[in-house]
Amino acid sequence: MPALMGQLLIGLINGSFYALLSLGLAVIFGLLNIINFTHGAQYMLGAFVAWFLLNQLGLGYWWALAIVPVALAVFGMLIERLMLKHLYKLDHLYGLLLTFGLALMIEGLFTQRFGSAGMPYSMPGKLTGGYALGFMFLPTYRAWVIAASLAICLTTWFVIERTKLGSYLRAATENPSLVQAFGVNVPRMITLTYGFGVGLAGLAGVFAAPIYQVSPQMGSSLIIVVFAVVVIGGMGSIMGSIVTGFGLGVVEGLTKYFYPEASSTVIFVIMAIVLMIRPQGLFGQR
Amino acid sequence: MATEAKRAPVEGAPSLASRDELREARYHRNGSLVLFAVLLVAPALVYPVFLMKALCFALFACAFNLLIGYGGLLSFGHAMFLGMAGYLSAHAAKDWGFTPELAILAGTATATALGIVTGFIAIRRQGIYFAMITLALAQMVFFFCLQAPFTGGEDGIQGVPRGKLFGVLSLEPSLPMYYTVLAIFAFGFFLIHRIIHSPFGQVLKAIRDNEPRAISLGYRTERYKLAAFVMSAGLAGLAGATKAIVFQLASLTDVHWGMSGEVVLMTLVGGLGTVFGPVAGAFVLVAMESYLAELGAWVTVTQGAIFVVCVLAFRRGVIGELEAWLARRRKG
Amino acid sequence: MRTKHKLWAALAALGFAAGAAQAQISGNTVKIGVLSDMSSLYADIGGPGSVVAAKMAVEDFEKAHHPKFKIEVVGADHLNKPDVGSQIARKWYDEEGVDVIVDVPNSGVALAVSQVTREKNKAFIGSGPGSSDLTGAKCSPNTIHWVYDTWMLANGTGTAVVKTGGDTWFFITADYAFGHALERDATNAVTKAGGKVLGGVKVPLNTQDFSSFLLQAQASKAKIIGLANAGGDTINSIKQAAEFGIVKGGQHLAGLLVFLSDVHGIGLEKAQGLILTENFYWDRNDKSRAWSKRFAALDNNKMPTMVHAGVYTSVLEYLAAVSALGSDDGGKVIAEMKKKPFDDPLFGKSYVREDGRNVHDAYLFQVKTPAESKGPYDYYKLLATIPADQAFRPLKDGGCALVK
Repeated sequence: MPALMGQLLIGLINGSFYALLSLGLAVIFGLLNIINFTHGAQYMLGAFVAWFLLNQLGLGYWWALAIVPVALAVFGMLIERLMLKHLYKLDHLYGLLLTFGLALMIEGLFTQRFGSAGMPYSMPGKLTGGYALGFMFLPTYRAWVIAASLAICLTTWFVIERTKLGSYLRAATENPSLVQAFGVNVPRMITLTYGFGVGLAGLAGVFAAPIYQVSPQMGSSLIIVVFAVVVIGGMGSIMGSIVTGFGLGVVEGLTKYFYPEASSTVIFVIMAIVLMIRPQGLFGQR
Repeated sequence: MATEAKRAPVEGAPSLASRDELREARYHRNGSLVLFAVLLVAPALVYPVFLMKALCFALFACAFNLLIGYGGLLSFGHAMFLGMAGYLSAHAAKDWGFTPELAILAGTATATALGIVTGFIAIRRQGIYFAMITLALAQMVFFFCLQAPFTGGEDGIQGVPRGKLFGVLSLEPSLPMYYTVLAIFAFGFFLIHRIIHSPFGQVLKAIRDNEPRAISLGYRTERYKLAAFVMSAGLAGLAGATKAIVFQLASLTDVHWGMSGEVVLMTLVGGLGTVFGPVAGAFVLVAMESYLAELGAWVTVTQGAIFVVCVLAFRRGVIGELEAWLARRRKG
Repeated sequence: MRTKHKLWAALAALGFAAGAAQAQISGNTVKIGVLSDMSSLYADIGGPGSVVAAKMAVEDFEKAHHPKFKIEVVGADHLNKPDVGSQIARKWYDEEGVDVIVDVPNSGVALAVSQVTREKNKAFIGSGPGSSDLTGAKCSPNTIHWVYDTWMLANGTGTAVVKTGGDTWFFITADYAFGHALERDATNAVTKAGGKVLGGVKVPLNTQDFSSFLLQAQASKAKIIGLANAGGDTINSIKQAAEFGIVKGGQHLAGLLVFLSDVHGIGLEKAQGLILTENFYWDRNDKSRAWSKRFAALDNNKMPTMVHAGVYTSVLEYLAAVSALGSDDGGKVIAEMKKKPFDDPLFGKSYVREDGRNVHDAYLFQVKTPAESKGPYDYYKLLATIPADQAFRPLKDGGCALVK
C-alpha cells in the first residue's frame, strides 16, 4: 500500500508537467485553432535558456523563472507574426506541418551544437532536500513543481474562462471580424495568445531543467504524449487538459507499478478509445 | 484537405471537359513513359542501392498520396504500415525461409490487415482528429514492435537473406534486385493510376471535395474512405516489405513517427495530389539524405527547413509548380 | 611490326606486374572509416573524438614506420540507426574504397555493419559496441571486438561488487535487447559469486523520469541497484537517484555501462560512490597520461574515454598488420591480427582470440567524492584489477562458429 501511495504521488508530479504543457497547447489550439507541433521544441528551448542563464550569465533558477517565459513568448510572437499569420486562411493541417518543420529545425540545430548527452543544471539551493513522508521520501523540488503547476494552470483557466479578457479572446476566435468591428485589435490578441502559450512551454522547461536531462531531445519524447493529453481532454478545453494532464500522470504512474513495460503505451490506448467513443474529448464541446 | 487551384468542371460544355481529361491522360501516359525509360537505364549511371531506396520510398509516398491527395485524409501514422510489413517480410525470409516474393507478399498482407483494423477505428473521424488517431495507433504499433521478441527491438531483424526470386533468380547482386524493385514499383504505380481513374476513384474525389454532397447523392462515404485507407495501407506495406529485402534489415526507424513525418514531407515537396509528385519528392529527399549523411543532425535541420519553406511558399510542390507552369504556358 | 608487338607486350607485362603488385593494397591507399554516433547519446563516448583518435594513430604510424602506402581517414554519423549505419558501410565499401570500419558505438548498428563487412570481405574493428554477441553467436572472421563487451562489464562489476559486500541486487533495466543482455549476464555473475537478485523492473528506452522505478528499488531494500541501461537513461537514473536520497539512504548504485564522459556530464556531486568497470582510464599510468593529454589538446580539452583509446590502438595495430601482410584483404588482415599477442600502448598486454575477441585487463573503479577529486576528469579511484584471462567470457561459452 505505501509503495502504491508513493507511485500515485509521483504520478501527480509527472502529471503536473503534462498539465502545464498541454495547457499551452490547449490555449493555442482552443483559441487560435493552431496545432503547435513546435511546443516540445519550445519546452526544450526554455530549459536551454535557463541553462544558458545559469552557466553563462550566472543567473540562477529564480531569475530563469522570470526571464525564460518572457523570452520564449517573444520568440513565439515572432514565429506567429512572420510565419503562422499567413496560414490562417488555409486548412489547419498546414499549420501542423509548419510547426512540425520548425520543431525539426530547432531540435536539429541544438543537437548539432550540443550533442545529445545533455547539460547538467543544478538544483536551486532553497529547494533541495525533502520530506520523509513515511511511505516515501518526497524531494522538496517535486512538491514545488506540483504546487506551482497547479497554481499556474488554475490561474490561466480562471483568466480565460472567467474574466473579460478571456471572453474577448474566446469571442475573437469564434468571430474575429465581429470582434474587430468592436474595436478590439484581434491580430494583436492572437499574437499575444500564441506568445503566452509558448511562454508556458518555456516555463515548463525551466521546471524540468533541475530534474530531467537538459537535452535537445527532451521535447520530442514528450510532445507526442502531450498531444494525446490534449486530444483526450478535448482539444479546445482548458480545464480538460489540466484535469487530463494530472489524471494521465496518475494513470501512467499506476501502470509503471503494475505493468511497467506498458507505461509508454497506455496513454495512446486511452486516446484511441476516447477518440472512438467520444471524439470531442472528455471535456470538449464540438 | 483541399488542394488549391483546382480546375472547375465545366458543366455546359462536355466536349471541353473531356478535352481536359484527354490532355491529362496523355500527360500521365507520356510522363510515365519517360519516367520508366529513365529508370530502366539508370543503374548504368547511378549507384543502384540509392535508386532502390528511392523507389521504395517513392512507392510509399505514392501510397500516402492516394489517401491524402485523392481521399482528402492526412494520416500521421503511415509508418506503421511501412514498418510492420518490413518486419513480417524480414521475419518470413529469415526465419520461415520464404522466397523473396512470398516474403514480400506476407508483409503486404500484414499491412493490409493492419490497415483494415486501424482504418475501422480511424475512419470515423476527419481532419485533425483523423490525423491524431492515426498517430496514436502508430505509436501503439511502435511500442509493440519495441517490445515484441521477434522484432529484435533496437537491433531490428538483421541478416535477412535476399534469396532467390521464385526459387530461381538470385537477388544477391544489385542488378537483378534493382529490376525486381522496379517491377514492384511499376506495379504499385499503375495500380494507383488505375484506382484514380476508375469510377471508384471518381467517387473518392467527389467525397474529398464535398462529403455532405456525396452523402446526399446516396454514397456510403465511410466505405469508400475505408477502402482507400486499406489500399493505401497495403501499398505502403508493399514498399516496406520490399525495402526490408533490399536492405536485408528491418528496424524501428521504419515504425517511428519520424518516418510518418518524412513521407508527409516527401509528398508535400513533390506535390500533393499529383501523380508524379510523390515520386519526385521521394527522390529529392533520399538524395538529400544521402548527400548530407556524413553531417548527422543537419539532415533533420534541412528537412525541417524544407517543410517550412514548402508550407509557406511552395505548397504545390515541385511537380505541382511544374504542372501549373505548363498550364500557364499552354494558355498564354 | 613484330618489334612493335613485342614492345607492346613488354609494356603490357610491366603494367600488369605493377598492377598486380599494387592490387595487393587497392589503389595503394588504406582508407579508414570512422563510423560513429556524432550527434546523439554516444557522441561524447565515441563521436568526433574517435575521428581525432584515428587521425592520431595514422600520424604516429606514419612517423614511426614510413609506410609506402597512403592512409586516409573518413568519418560519418550513423544516427544510432542500424539501417543508416549499414547503408553508409555499404556505400563506403562499394563506392569509396574504404578498407576498414572502426568504432561504431551502438550494438544494433555494429551487428549490421559486421554483417555487411563479412559480405564484402572487408574489416571491422569495433571499439564502441557492447553486445557480446559480436564474438558469440554472431561472430565473423572479418570482425574484431576491441575494447569491452556486456559479458565483461556484467561479470566485472557484478562479481567484484558482490565480493565487496554488495550481495543483494535490484535491477533497473532498459527494455530492449542490449539491456536484457546486460541484466542477464549480470544476474549470472551475481548469483555465481554468491549474491541474490531481489527483483527488477524493465523500463522503456528513453524514459525521462525514473522516480517510480527508483521508488520500487528503494522498497526492495536491496544493497545494490544495478543500472542495466546506457547513455541518457543511465544519466537520468543517477541524477534522480541522488534527488531521492537513495545513496544517502544506504543503497549503492552499480552502473553496468558507464563511461568517463557520462560521469563528467552528471557531475561528481551526484555520481559519487558509483561503481563501474572500464578497460582504460587516462590517469592509470604514465603512458596513458601522456597520450591522453595529447588527445585532450586536440579534442576541446576533453579526456579520452576507453572507446577513444580503443580506436587509437586498433588503428595502429590494423596498419601494422596491413604493412606486414602487404595487403588490405579484410579477412586476411583480421587473421593476421589474431596471430600473436601484442603489447598495446594503452591497454597493456593483449591478444585477439579466434572468435574475434580482443582480450586485456579490466579495472573496477569507484567514482570519487567531490572532496577527493583534484580537478576536472579526476573522477576514478581504482578498486581492483581483473586480469585478462578472467575478464572475458570463456572461449567455449560463446557459441561462435569459428571456435573449433
